[in-house]
Amino acid sequence: MSEISIQDIIKPENQVYAKTKLMTDKALSYCPGCGHGTTHRLVMEVIEELGKENETIGVAPVGCSVLAYEFMNVDMQEAAHGRAPALATAIKRLWPEKVVFTYQGDGDLAAIGTGETIHACNRGEQIVIVFINNGIYGMTGGQMAPTTLPGMKTATSPYGREVKTMGNPLKITELVGQLPGTYYVTRQSVHTPSAVRKAKRAIKKAFQNQLDGKPGLSFVEVVSNCNSGWKMEPVQSNIWMEENMFPFYPIGDIKVDGKLIEK
Amino acid sequence: MGELRLMKGNEALAEAAIRAGCDGYFGYPITPQSEVIEYLMAEKPFERTGMVVLQAESEVAAINMLYGGGGTGKKVMTTSSSPGISLMQEGLSYMAGAEIPCVVANVVRGGPGLGDIQPAQSDYFQSVKGGGHGDYRLPVLAPASVQEMSDFVPISFDLAFKYRTPVLIVSDGLIGQMMEKVELFDQMPRMSTEEINEKYPWATNGKPVGQERRILTSLDLDPHKLEKHNHHLQDKYRNIEADEVKYELINCDDADYIIIAYGSSSRISQKAVQLAREEGIKVGILRPITLWPFPKKPIDELVKRGVKGFLSVEMSAGQMVEDVRLAVYERTKVEHFGRYGGVIHSPEEVLEALKTKIIGG
Repeated sequence: MSEISIQDIIKPENQVYAKTKLMTDKALSYCPGCGHGTTHRLVMEVIEELGKENETIGVAPVGCSVLAYEFMNVDMQEAAHGRAPALATAIKRLWPEKVVFTYQGDGDLAAIGTGETIHACNRGEQIVIVFINNGIYGMTGGQMAPTTLPGMKTATSPYGREVKTMGNPLKITELVGQLPGTYYVTRQSVHTPSAVRKAKRAIKKAFQNQLDGKPGLSFVEVVSNCNSGWKMEPVQSNIWMEENMFPFYPIGDIKVDGKLIEK
Repeated sequence: MGELRLMKGNEALAEAAIRAGCDGYFGYPITPQSEVIEYLMAEKPFERTGMVVLQAESEVAAINMLYGGGGTGKKVMTTSSSPGISLMQEGLSYMAGAEIPCVVANVVRGGPGLGDIQPAQSDYFQSVKGGGHGDYRLPVLAPASVQEMSDFVPISFDLAFKYRTPVLIVSDGLIGQMMEKVELFDQMPRMSTEEINEKYPWATNGKPVGQERRILTSLDLDPHKLEKHNHHLQDKYRNIEADEVKYELINCDDADYIIIAYGSSSRISQKAVQLAREEGIKVGILRPITLWPFPKKPIDELVKRGVKGFLSVEMSAGQMVEDVRLAVYERTKVEHFGRYGGVIHSPEEVLEALKTKIIGG
């Protein structure tokens, strides 16, 4: 095998992977090891591959991904906390030929924005919702989220989430799967190369549903780590996620083509 | 002459929305303004003009639908009444910050809290001083008739897009519910996509080929940049104050005393003026049509002309009177009169207040 220099490696004809032009060059504000950056890239790759760069409007949430519009190189609106599905509803109703998505975290989508989430799903708005669930409020410094696991320690459940006083974690993805307005509901992760490939297929299916005018909303949850909020190193946090988050939030499709998957 | 109809104020708002070329109405029912969405749903504006009408799950969702839709350059509108308008304040603050146009009509009822469903003018502070968090103002138009409920809709859309801001139409349960003759303006076309893209390069409706993406946000984590953005907003508000003040002077030429009243109170006060003049009391009315920007200059001119006193008549415990006092600046007497909590004052009560608080006081 002949020697290959770095100058040869970076030649375009030798590259097997390139960053999508729909991600800006701005350095991501996410912690190293976090799943947000990968998920951003997957959404933008899908929009590029579908050729919808000039026909897409995205809605960013409040939370860690509040600055998603800095990184996603399509027209973007920044919503108030929890309200992204309401913005997206109106955008899609007024521009039915365009591609509309929201990108939201668990605090945004499953706590303060529960009403908007449930009703956009139940009306069957033809939008895509990408939902990052890391079981914690990352941006505000690691407080308890609606999705925080029982017993899990956060800044506002310092002795662990006590279900009796703090309530149960909300499995909102299973919940929206039950609504007649959702067409595709799935739960993915982006912590291994194979998981990233599966998550990308799911995101692409969600957007393809919208392009094909399928009746209903496509909802993709990505269970992610939050190594900073969980106070772990990135690799450790991924192991913890597999051992603790996945049993409670099992990976896989919940509803496909408008039909619930038998478990 | 346009088409004449006998309509409720709320129905006039709805019909005017369709005729003004509104692209989307997003609302939530609340008394005393539910006729707006009822009329729109019955009228099927989608078939008439292509206008979208959607009943939202809450006022919070409705105002955020306006954010989304207005942010794409479409003409969007909602209507509500006081408690619902309170719920919309978050959204209005965000839209003021992100500079998104929309029209919001408030058919005011008695408060605070759930209050009642009778007419009131007690949302003046909320309307003209900002309402939500942060340094912002919204243009506020105050119709005094069913005719103006119709006429002010296209005017509000023009202001909203001229200045990239939400615009409020503030009436009350009396104007919303009463029926009057209305001359409707002719159907205006909805804007085409080409027109939107040409006029509103900020509109986020899909990145134009070969151009930069557009972002609508009210967030800037750099305080110096945010201060600069606030300077820009304040410049805009000064321009609105300089160019958009609207008011009406009624019987003011020879008046010794002036009643300042808007909306329903201005109608009631016209009868009070008639009664006063029958007794030889020379009184006129200054009717603010824009509550913000407030007509400070005509008040100043009346003070300089030697008017002996101003009575601010409002169906509130005394809100607009503070702006009248600021304009008069202690140069002559200013008092407030008004019934509130949903009670409507009579012309006789207004005349009595003029006599005791201004003339004899």
